[in-house]
Order: sequence, then structure tokens, then C-alpha cells
Amino acid sequence: MEKHDSKIAKWVLIGISVLFFIVMLVMPLIEVIYRSLKDGLELYMSAITAENTLSAIRVTLIATVIALIVNTFFGVVASWLITKFEFRGANVLSTLIDIPFSISPVIAGLAFIMTFGRTGWATPFVDKINEWLGTDISFVFSVPGVVLATIFVTFPFISREIIPVLTAQGRDEEVAASIMGASGFTTFRKITFPHIKWALLYGMILCTARSFGEFGAVYAVSKARGSTFTLPLEIDALYMSGSADSITQSFAVSSILVVMALVILVIRSVVEYIGKKES
Amino acid sequence: MKMAVFKRQKSIIPGFGLTMGITVAMLSLIILIPLASVLAYSFKLSPSEFVELITRPYVLQAFKTSILCSLIAALINCVFGVILAWILVRYNFPGKRLMDGMIELPFALPTAVAGITLTKMYSNTGFIGRALEKIGIKAAYSKMGIIIAMVFIGIPFVVRAIQPVLEKLPSTCEDAAYMLGASRFVTFRKVIFPEIRPALLTGFGLALARGIGEYGSVIYISGNSQKNGTQVVSYIIMQKLNSGSVDYEGAAAIALILLIISFVMLFIINILQHIASKRTNS
Repeated sequence: MEKHDSKIAKWVLIGISVLFFIVMLVMPLIEVIYRSLKDGLELYMSAITAENTLSAIRVTLIATVIALIVNTFFGVVASWLITKFEFRGANVLSTLIDIPFSISPVIAGLAFIMTFGRTGWATPFVDKINEWLGTDISFVFSVPGVVLATIFVTFPFISREIIPVLTAQGRDEEVAASIMGASGFTTFRKITFPHIKWALLYGMILCTARSFGEFGAVYAVSKARGSTFTLPLEIDALYMSGSADSITQSFAVSSILVVMALVILVIRSVVEYIGKKES
Repeated sequence: MKMAVFKRQKSIIPGFGLTMGITVAMLSLIILIPLASVLAYSFKLSPSEFVELITRPYVLQAFKTSILCSLIAALINCVFGVILAWILVRYNFPGKRLMDGMIELPFALPTAVAGITLTKMYSNTGFIGRALEKIGIKAAYSKMGIIIAMVFIGIPFVVRAIQPVLEKLPSTCEDAAYMLGASRFVTFRKVIFPEIRPALLTGFGLALARGIGEYGSVIYISGNSQKNGTQVVSYIIMQKLNSGSVDYEGAAAIALILLIISFVMLFIINILQHIASKRTNS
């Protein structure tokens, strides 16, 4: 940067960026912490240990863990399929997998209501199965519904991270391993997995972040506070009840998610750093 | 042409049938069948009912608000996204790593948290809202509030789309153009911009798609007033699912239109990505 005018340009651009960065990203974080603590630590503690909050933490964790397991499995299988085999429709398939990225989460919730809700076409089947098994499982307005909605919105997160890595890697190594007689699983474990492990981890981190923060899709299929509410829904309920105390409480519950978001970002940066260093 | 859609060419790698089976089964169960239910539900309506449902003034108003606000927000994000990506790739300055890591905060921060926080910041009791009110701007509970929320959730899409392209673009190109006598602005317009254009379009498309369907971060700051035209489409759909005012037909019809808009955008994004990947790999 030996040119004089480029130095001015540099600092003007950095200045604009820093301003944007502080106003749009840093200040909201400070705002959450400030609002959650402004009425004292006692109210803060009572908010985050309230029964509804604890129930919401439990449901959020259940949904996140299940979504993570299901989507990791799916993501790895689907990316193996799309990148290791030549077949018609591969592009269509990967486009279909990406659907949840570009549709409103509210539509995801709506879709489950129209499938499994009172007037949904799958309801008679589910009822029959329940009758037969003697169970009472429902896929809307219940924890399984919340889990399904969470899986829906995070469905493409893992495959989307792995597919570019596998595409860049090509197929030669897997072909060689197969010719030498390695089974599919061994080939995956010994050849493919080392290539994708950082991308996989990265996708899993993003999936986790979205899972515990999902609001629209879950809101449509969860109506019972204290039993099927996740943390974002509990925050909404506290905020909407409107009293000054409950708004402070909703920011207190939000601060849990802010901390989780920051932890996610730190892990993400570390993973990216190590991954880059290794490759 | 008449071959089966998912027919493969011969491959020595095992597991085609198994992975295909699992992928298609899970994709159908979790994504396609539920979405098909929405289609089925809206096709139960007669064409005239359908048209009547989606042309109600408040529905049209909501589509207008959603599309207009997300367009403006995506454009704002393109401007700031290019600047942010540029300084993160080209310059060194203190705090750069922190900034790079924090760009993805909108991905990691739950939308409901972002929503209530932005609302309080920009309302007349908040830090920024109070300052804006002094100069006569009402930020929260207006279209401007919706745009602010959409800028927040959309910025990482644009930055993350452009960053890799800029990293691959050697700075010698700019230096050469500059030495040959092009001004900074001409260098950007003629040398850099054509290179980042596909990626920028991708980021723009992703931010736009996210904005049009956004719910959590928007519904608090918008105020959801029919009179002020600050209801967004996803809010209208959600209202129709709430007990007390259940209207599944209306919700399905509006959702169908929103789905069509999303699919068209998804299609365009995929084409652009295809072009972009061809360009960066060549």
C-alpha cells in the first residue's frame, strides 16, 4: 500500500465497515445484556430459572440434538450420493435438498399442520398407528412436531458444506479403494471421511445454531407454553405479555441464547482456522 | 431422453442403491410430502376462491411490503457486503479477525432475539431510536424497521458469497489496471466488479429469499399494522394458523404464492452459482 490515495481509500472503507459492524452487530449484543440486567441480578436469575424457561431449555436441547443427528446422517449420505456417482437428476436432487434454505420457515410449520393437523390427510393414518400401538403420538402441537419442524429448517445445512469439498476432491481415491476390494463403509471411513471432517463439523455447528434459534417453523406447530415451547418461543411469550418485568425477563432468557450464539461463533472460527491450517 | 431420471452410469464405488434409497426417502418424508400437502390444500380451492383469497387488499399489501423491503435490504447489503468483504480480504487492521468471525452473528443469533433487541434499540425509548426521532425519523414500527431487520439477517449471505472470489482474485490485476492509468473507480468497475458479479448476485438472491420469508426478526420491529402497511407475508400466514382465526385455506393459498416466488428465486440462484463456479474454477 505504497500509494497515498489508496491509504485514504483504505481507511475510509475500514471506517464505514467498522461503523456498520458496530451499529448492526455489536450494539444489539450489548443491548441484550444491558436490558437483561437493568432491573437487577435477582430478576435475571428468577427469569432464567423459571419453570417455563427450564422446560423450554429441555425442549430446545431435545430438538437440537435430534435434528443434529438426523441431518448429519442425511447430509453425509446425500453428499456421498451426489458427488461419488454419475446419475441423471443429481442437480435436481441437490436443488430439492436446498429447498428449506429459500422458503419461509412459516411455510414449513404450515406444511406439517396440513399433513398432520386435525384436517391433515396423514392424521387418520397416524391415529390408526397410535391405536394399533396403544400410543398417543402427535406430530403437531407436540414435542415430536417441534423436532420435525427443526429438522425441516436445518435439513440442507450439512450436505451444503460437504458437497463442495467432495466435488473438489473427485472420485479417484474412492475408485482405487473399491478396486482394491474395500467395502463401501471402509472406503468412506478411511478415504472420504478425512477429507470432509472439517466441513462436516462446520455444517454441524451451523445446524446447531439454527436448531436452537428456530422460531417461525416451531411457532406454527407449538402452542403449549411450559411443555412444547422452545427458548425462542418462551422469549416471545414473555416479550408479548408486555409488562416491564416480563420484557426484562424475556431479555434475560435471550441472554442465554446470545451466550450460546457467541460460543458457536468462537467454535466456528477455531474449526475454520484449524481446518485451513491442516489443508 | 427417455431414460429414467435417476439412472446412473456404471461406477465401481459401492453404495449407490443404498444412499439413493435413504436420500430420496428422507427427502420425501421430511420435505417433499409435507410441502405437497400445502399444494394439495390450495388446489382444493376453486380458481375463483383462490384468486379471491390472494387478492384481498391486506394480502396484496403484505406481498408488496415483503418484496419491497427485502429488495431494498438486499441492495443495502450488497453495498455494505462488498465493502466488508473487500476490507476483510485486502486490508490488515486491528480487530479484523474478530470482525470476520462476528459477520456470521446473524446466522447464530436466534431471530426472535434479534427481533426484540432491534425493536428496543430503534424504538423511541432505545439508544438509536431516540436519536433518530430527534431528526424526525421513526425507525421502529415502520417499513424502515422491517428493512433494518432484513439488513441484519441478510448481511452474512453477501459477505460470505463474495469473500472467496476476492481471495482468488490477485491484487496484481488491480495494480496493473491502476498503473495503466485507470482511476480507482474505473478499476473497480472494469476489473473487480465483473469478477465478483456472479457471487454478488448469489449473495443478493440468498439475502432476498431470506428477507421475503423472514418471520422472527421482523414481526416485532414491524409493529404489524395493517393501516401502516407493515404486515409481512409470513405474519399474515401465521395469523391464519392461530386459534381463534383459523383459516387454513387462506394460509395455503398465500403460502403457495410465496413458495412459487421462492422456487423461482432458488432456480435463478442455482443458475448463477453454476456460472460463478465455472468462472472461479477455470
